[in-house]
Amino acid sequence: MIRIAVVGLGKMGLSHLSMIRVHPDVQLVGVCDTSKYMLDALGKNTGIPTFTDYETLLQKATPEAVIIATPSRFHGDLVRTSIEHGLHVFCEKPFCLNWSESMSLASLADRKGLVNQVGYHYRFVGAFQEVKRLLEAGAIGTVTHVLAEAYGPVVLRPKGMSWRSKKEEGGGCLYDYAAHPVNLVNWFFGLPDSVGGSVMTSIFSKDTDDEVCGTIRYADGPSVQLSVNWSDESYRKMSTKITLWGTAGRIYADRQECQVFLRDTAQVPRGYTKGWNTRYTTDLTEPVWFYVRGEEYSAQLDYFVRGIASGKKANVNSFASAAETDHVLAMILDDAQSSAALAVPVNHRGKSALFGR
Amino acid sequence: MDNLLFGDNQFFGVNHMSEEKARAQSIRFQNIEAVYEVLDSAYDEGIRTFMCTTHDRVEEICNHTRANRDRYRDFLFYPCMPYAHKYANAATEDGILSAITRFMPGGIINAAIRGGTSLATKDIDGIVTLLIDSEMKMFHGLKTPVIFLQNVVTDLLLGLGMKKAFRIFADHIRTRYGAEPGFITMNMPMLLDVLEDVGVENPIVCASINKIGFRMCGGIDAYEQALRDRKFRAIAMSVFASGAIPPKEAISWVCSQPNIHSIVFGASSRSNIHSTKQIVDSLWSQRQVQPASHNAGAV
Repeated sequence: MIRIAVVGLGKMGLSHLSMIRVHPDVQLVGVCDTSKYMLDALGKNTGIPTFTDYETLLQKATPEAVIIATPSRFHGDLVRTSIEHGLHVFCEKPFCLNWSESMSLASLADRKGLVNQVGYHYRFVGAFQEVKRLLEAGAIGTVTHVLAEAYGPVVLRPKGMSWRSKKEEGGGCLYDYAAHPVNLVNWFFGLPDSVGGSVMTSIFSKDTDDEVCGTIRYADGPSVQLSVNWSDESYRKMSTKITLWGTAGRIYADRQECQVFLRDTAQVPRGYTKGWNTRYTTDLTEPVWFYVRGEEYSAQLDYFVRGIASGKKANVNSFASAAETDHVLAMILDDAQSSAALAVPVNHRGKSALFGR
Repeated sequence: MDNLLFGDNQFFGVNHMSEEKARAQSIRFQNIEAVYEVLDSAYDEGIRTFMCTTHDRVEEICNHTRANRDRYRDFLFYPCMPYAHKYANAATEDGILSAITRFMPGGIINAAIRGGTSLATKDIDGIVTLLIDSEMKMFHGLKTPVIFLQNVVTDLLLGLGMKKAFRIFADHIRTRYGAEPGFITMNMPMLLDVLEDVGVENPIVCASINKIGFRMCGGIDAYEQALRDRKFRAIAMSVFASGAIPPKEAISWVCSQPNIHSIVFGASSRSNIHSTKQIVDSLWSQRQVQPASHNAGAV
């Protein structure tokens, strides 16, 4: 039995807690949160040992591994403390708000031989796993053009009172939403060489971005367009999707399905035909021991537990891979801010003020 | 319970197979008349039970049923609460505790009286019963013989180990509404253990039950065993496994399992409703009947 603790009892924390507590190979040894109220309510009704202070939890509960689901700005310190205590770590996304901290924690975890994983659950969704397989098989030839998108109904009005509406706490569409399609692009193509034309705009939020647009460039890879908007009420819940155009066809995937068009010139993978093919996530998903909101959430925790049990070093969502995503987010943020600074206002006759003086 | 219950996924753009199909259905059913038309088809086919979430639009359906009592004389609602996205979105916006208090009926005053004490002592009884009452308001005056806890909440509480909540839910449904409590879950064997543990006897449990083990956590063998040996009343959902199993094959397998009291399904055309009803009726007699004790308290 692996001794695991959970830190952070918000929406994601509670979700992870419910799954990990009933994992057959796990013993839940304690939970930690700053809200004494939440801790008491939980402890009183479930008997789980509760702590308001992480150091105390580490001393008294002696976990071997930890799941960190606090607001993003606390990730770095908590992860560092955990690694220094020799714990395997599962941390929610985005990993760290400062990508060089992400890199340093990644190498620290590796040096200590600890299992390290970040919660980019889309890498555990059947349809996106199928995309990865198809790309590795070269099914659509050389990939030339990619559209990576995420839309949802998160911010539909000016109000908002949690950490998610504050930029410096990791709130905002870039960190919360855009991180997911960017992470998929990293999975398929690695770290990009540059970004350009990045725009981050508020629609309803006072302090943070609600939409992100931009180009992600690979010197030896496809051109990638990023389009993210979390002020879209036409979606019932978050929808992440990716379209990839290649010399031999096209792939479209979202959480539910993977649609593939293969040209006559394509090297057709087994089970596929030329022309249109559709694979449904429901066909591609392995069963899990416990289901709350989706197999992918359980599957990623199970993967973490198995990694600890087997001592396997490689991890599809390692700190290093998540650091790549943090790096790209920083590139986009940087690019968006410097473009905004250079933007010149256009006068009423449509000419740039620079030339119309 | 009737052998066939009508579900509501198609009306709310919920389709576990495809986002594209989900959107097409959202568009088709954004006009409430289109919803009434399909419900009428089901009712006229003899399917009189509507198993639905407590989405705001269901309130319109409730109003419609109340306004046409003669037409819907035998109509039954099986409410499934809560509509999870309402709370999840609020939790994202304002944090969990604010989300809970936002949905307490009667606002702060009422919350202070029943909920406030509850919130202060962290006794979940008050909060749970208040939220149930809030969710049930739209069904006043309508027949609701079975009231369900939605799977996201059931399974979250199950995983967290908040066993007491199930007993509180069951007791409140029985005493306040004179109805049978039901539980929707994707983790049936585990839930049955916990319900037994807190003294919820012979519960009605709605779970994904199908030939290919789709969303049957614990494994298909554990489900088959539970259906054979445990004392509860099963309602099968996802019998077609999101379209992966052809209808006749799917229903034939379900009907060959013991202890299946009902099947809940969704459809958006009269012909689909009709053909499903035909298949179920023809295969229903082959179901294994449980010993009399297992049918005690059957609705």
